Amino acid sequence: MAGPKSLYEKVWEAHTVRTLPGGLTQLFIDLHLIHEVTSPQAFGMLRERGLRVRCPHRTFATVDHIVPTHRRTEPFEDPLADAMIQEIRKNTRDFGIPLFDLTSGRQGIVHVVGPEQGLTHPGMTIACGDSHTSTHGAFGAIAFGIGTTQVRDVLATQTLAVPKLKVRRINVNGRLAPGVYAKDVILHIIRTLGVKGGIGYAYEYGGEVIERFSMEERMTVCNMSIEGGARIGYVNPDEKTFAYLKGRPYAPKGAEWDRAVAYWRALASDPGCPYDDVVEIQAEEIAPTVTWGLNPGQAISIEEKIPHPEDLPPEARPAAWEALRHMKLEPGRPIQGTPIDVAFIGSCTNARVSDFREVAKHLKGHRVKPGVRAIAVPGSERVAQQCEEEGIAEVFREAGFEWRGAGCSLCLAMNPDKLEGDQLCASSSNRNFKGRQGSPTGRTVLMSPVMVAAAAVTGVISDAREVFGLA
Amino acid sequence: MERIRQITGRAVPVPGDAIDTDRILPARFMKVVTFDGLGRHLFHDERFAPDGTPKPHPLNDPRYQGARILLVGSSFGSGSSREHAPQAIRRAGFQALIGESFAEIFFGNATAIGLVCVRLAPDALQTLVQTVQADPTTLVTIDLEARTVRYAGREAPLEIREAARRAFLEGRWDPLDELLEAEPSIEALDRRMPCPGRAGSY
Repeated sequence: MAGPKSLYEKVWEAHTVRTLPGGLTQLFIDLHLIHEVTSPQAFGMLRERGLRVRCPHRTFATVDHIVPTHRRTEPFEDPLADAMIQEIRKNTRDFGIPLFDLTSGRQGIVHVVGPEQGLTHPGMTIACGDSHTSTHGAFGAIAFGIGTTQVRDVLATQTLAVPKLKVRRINVNGRLAPGVYAKDVILHIIRTLGVKGGIGYAYEYGGEVIERFSMEERMTVCNMSIEGGARIGYVNPDEKTFAYLKGRPYAPKGAEWDRAVAYWRALASDPGCPYDDVVEIQAEEIAPTVTWGLNPGQAISIEEKIPHPEDLPPEARPAAWEALRHMKLEPGRPIQGTPIDVAFIGSCTNARVSDFREVAKHLKGHRVKPGVRAIAVPGSERVAQQCEEEGIAEVFREAGFEWRGAGCSLCLAMNPDKLEGDQLCASSSNRNFKGRQGSPTGRTVLMSPVMVAAAAVTGVISDAREVFGLA
Repeated sequence: MERIRQITGRAVPVPGDAIDTDRILPARFMKVVTFDGLGRHLFHDERFAPDGTPKPHPLNDPRYQGARILLVGSSFGSGSSREHAPQAIRRAGFQALIGESFAEIFFGNATAIGLVCVRLAPDALQTLVQTVQADPTTLVTIDLEARTVRYAGREAPLEIREAARRAFLEGRWDPLDELLEAEPSIEALDRRMPCPGRAGSY
């Protein structure tokens, strides 16, 4: 097919093995990332059928979901967690897959580790048994989350049977005001387009704001594409992408680097290429954004009042009432001033070194409000180390944060970090689902890391621009 | 592989939109290396108080015991990619879901394990739910060949991605055998496509 093409179209064509009899595409997967939670059953299925891992050289493993962040020495206090770690060690050993194990210096959240090790390249197809695989789209990769049976498919064949998606271009135009971050941009997009707005679409993010964003900010935006119903989100590769990758352990070297950059540059969506949908977002309309409900689309700016369900469209009302009951919030009142119990900075959305750097800049000289439990969890061992070297970790500790080891932690609470009872957590993570943070009655309010820090020091949901004098 | 043409059974409505996979199967039950036994944790925190006492929930309602079809709302299965969620549904004895819409990853996971997810238009779905609530013994038939849902003398057109429908009808909903057939092309792509850390990739 001649004519201008989107990156999605180009990458899809280059990776198509064939069209399957049922109409799905058999797609070649360049990079398969695995972790301890969604892979053991897949290896079990492989063994049952006597199959090998087709491309161990394209498969990389780390441990993140169940790793304790407080006391990382083994054996863990939780024997189930211990068993899962042993299982992935055995599986990666048996099948010859590299594992970024605890204390390797490379361990961490799979979506933090992939980019920082230079595994994630523009134009790659990337799959991982974790829905936030969309993060890697920040590099211009087509990266998506899969289930365990599909993890088996990739292990056995290095391919997947997948439907082709439509592409929606989302332009974020203009300039963000001070104190407004990438997290606010994606929460605003999800609020605007809805949590099911992206079903059947890949999101291509562009416009001045996205272009100005660092790679880490782009990762935050792409990370939460899945929260908007889109399995894939990506940004076209540019000079920032190449600069980020250069010199990383698994990035191309020497003359090959130049060839790679030329190839990557040509992958970006052609000017004038057709999209199935185009959405324009104005940066000036975005303020620090927080959730009030039980899905990431139930969000408002910090300046707004908690919506009254009767003011929402009829189909949104039952969920809104349920959300307010669970969250113990009153409609029509400001969300500012709501007391918090826990403050969490971490997760694959916001646990990169730039997140901690930005928070440390403002947190210095402040103290966590007595009675608030504040936890900072770096996304990887490397991030943890950088934060120590730059004095960032010390700023957090001095302010009264618990500074932890790398892992997913309180984002999904598969390790000992959990909410208790109906505690309310100001969280930099990606999901405010009921029970997500480990307590069936626990409450999560999503926001940017700087907003979490503001809540931690005031003890209530606050406008970080006022708390830290951001103007 | 089993060909799935029709599923007939009693149904149980689980109301609510955007029911995420954390609700279907809370993360703490994922600390397992097999999927066995996940069925008993289905909707755990919706069905049981922290002390283990059952809460009012359709799945705890004796009138719906033995149902094989779940009736759900829109965007069912959003959130985490955990296959543990559809596995728990399957292992709790369900063979199919009828809903307004399904999240992509959930739909893919369910299809690959032979758990049928079909859509009905909102009005038709509401009528079905009301009928089942009024009489939980109502037998519901999902007919993939005729593309209809039939119950109590009524009939409504169902929607499902054609590739999935054909896969069920032809007994190839688990794609692994088909994927394995393409080995020569896979070999060529493995040699040609960039690979992290492999010199000569670009």
